[in-house]
Amino acid sequence: MILELKGVYKEYTRGKMAVPVLKDISMQVEDGSYIAIMGPSGSGKTTLMNLIGCLDVPTSGQVLIDGVDISTQNDDQMAKLRNTFIGFVFQHFHLLQEMDALENVALPLLYAGVPAKERRARAEEALRKVGLEERLHFKPSQLSGGQCQRVAIARAMVTGPRLLLADEPTGALDTASGEQVMEIFSQLNGQGMTIVMITHEPSIAACAKQIYHIRDGEIRADGQDQSGERKDEEREGVEEDEG
Amino acid sequence: MLENIKLSFHGIWSHKMRSVLTMLGIIIGIAAIIAIVSTIKGNSEMIKSSLIGANTNVVTVTLYQGEWAYDMTWNGNPEGILPIEQDTVEELEQLEGVEKVSLYNSRENSDSTVYYQDTAFTGGVYGIDQSYFGLYGYRLDYGREFIDSDYKKMRKVAILDATAAASIFPGKNPIGEVLEIGSEPFTVVGVVSQNTTTAPNINSVQDYYLYVGNTNGKLFLTDTTWPMVFRFDEVQSAAVKAINTDAMTTAGKKVEDALNEKMNLSAETDYIFKSQDLMEQAKKLQEMSNATNQQLIWIAGISLLVGGIGVMNIMLVTVTERTQEIGLKKAIGARKRRILAQFLTEAAVLTSFGGVLGVIFGVIAANVLSQIMGIPTGISIPAMLIAVAFSVCIGLIFGYLPARKAANLNPIDALRSE
Repeated sequence: MILELKGVYKEYTRGKMAVPVLKDISMQVEDGSYIAIMGPSGSGKTTLMNLIGCLDVPTSGQVLIDGVDISTQNDDQMAKLRNTFIGFVFQHFHLLQEMDALENVALPLLYAGVPAKERRARAEEALRKVGLEERLHFKPSQLSGGQCQRVAIARAMVTGPRLLLADEPTGALDTASGEQVMEIFSQLNGQGMTIVMITHEPSIAACAKQIYHIRDGEIRADGQDQSGERKDEEREGVEEDEG
Repeated sequence: MLENIKLSFHGIWSHKMRSVLTMLGIIIGIAAIIAIVSTIKGNSEMIKSSLIGANTNVVTVTLYQGEWAYDMTWNGNPEGILPIEQDTVEELEQLEGVEKVSLYNSRENSDSTVYYQDTAFTGGVYGIDQSYFGLYGYRLDYGREFIDSDYKKMRKVAILDATAAASIFPGKNPIGEVLEIGSEPFTVVGVVSQNTTTAPNINSVQDYYLYVGNTNGKLFLTDTTWPMVFRFDEVQSAAVKAINTDAMTTAGKKVEDALNEKMNLSAETDYIFKSQDLMEQAKKLQEMSNATNQQLIWIAGISLLVGGIGVMNIMLVTVTERTQEIGLKKAIGARKRRILAQFLTEAAVLTSFGGVLGVIFGVIAANVLSQIMGIPTGISIPAMLIAVAFSVCIGLIFGYLPARKAANLNPIDALRSE
């Protein structure tokens, strides 16, 4: 089990009020899965993503990454998990503007303590895999949106993570580029990488093998339902309208 | 680390205007300090080279009353202290490290004693024996030196040094002119100047003050005519020529001890002979000018403080601006420590850059100052290195708060800020 959520509850404090964003979420993700999580904005899907991505810890409940409870990890251990175990792809790419494609892709390797020569070689290899071997020294401003996202994917893959997290990966792209990205995802999944993708576009979600819906902080599986058991415990809370 | 430095330069270059403004405080502070330090060093070096450059190896031994040189101008002959005999001089010359001893009387400020027509001469007046000029390395410019018969017959003759000649007789030949010294007419027979290539000639602390003040030069009389103008039985000072520079202090001490013993003077008595070691004095003079300049350095230090706060301010803005970048770096696995190091490096690179520029401007300023005000400057390499090192420290100190803020940013908030 690469990823497991057990009764995850997450609230944020707005002023003096605690606003629950995720209410008792439980789900299990097997190695090699390809999951899409769908939900309207404000449904808590980004919060869920942050928890899975070890960027945040739940208020209560457990997030287990490869069997490790992230609540027990310190800052540095979390950083290491993010660096080696998880790859991130964001809606707005989040590439560093002053660096070229190669340097952007090599950055996680720098944090992993890989020597310069090997960093370069591995970054080149990753860019080659996303079809950008001709654009190694292009800055993000010289690349199209689709190319930027492919650089971002190369960066996510370069440390050889087992879990790829994508937050609206096609949200800022035109259809053709979006399809290209989805194709890369399928390939990666075919090579055994687990992918968890957030989207609100049904056509994109359809690329995944399994779709979850999240609404008002609660999750529900769909399709060939194998379902994280879901409790319908009602929580008296404020209806939050922000995610 | 290297990566960080490279990126920092990149950052500085891409915000040229902002970087320069940020560095301005540091640049000004460091430049001011370098300029001050260069001036101090130049000054000390000038004093030292004047002393050593005179190359006379002479220590003066003078009578002190307590802490101060006994002032003959306003006081009577010190009680129970007689002039030094010629026999004593010969004894003194046998002492270790002593080559030659010359006795002289002096008034550092002749104060309405010497007149040429209606103009008073305000320089120093010296009553000297025959070895004095040789000992201090004076050479005759024109006219003649004192001769035996001048001493024996107590001729009313005077010799001027070049400075005094120029101040009393500007553009005129002083030889044969008559000066009124203590109501007696004295004829100028010669002009001397000291045998050195470096100016000014500083043989004592008084000389130094004369030099930094408006120097009027020296007037020499024979010591046999001295009592006609001033007073009988005045105790002299001894100019002690050491065999070499290293022996100066010992020679001075030996002569001082011998004279004190001869006249039964000790630390318990009111009067005592003390040697004025020029190197010692040079150090004191340096310390004095350093003390003044140290205050200037503190003031310049304040500008560094202000500069440092400026750096902190800009770094805080930079951190806010780059929230996303920080968030992303954390998301892809950068540890806190690395983010901290990145921003510290950036601040340190910025300030060290400012430090280097400050050193350059400081050197330029020092040179301009020396041109305009005629102050010598000495460029101090250690001072430059310290200045740059110090500016790096400023970067690290004032960069710490912003860097810590960056390191502690929550990656979620950081990534969310669009």
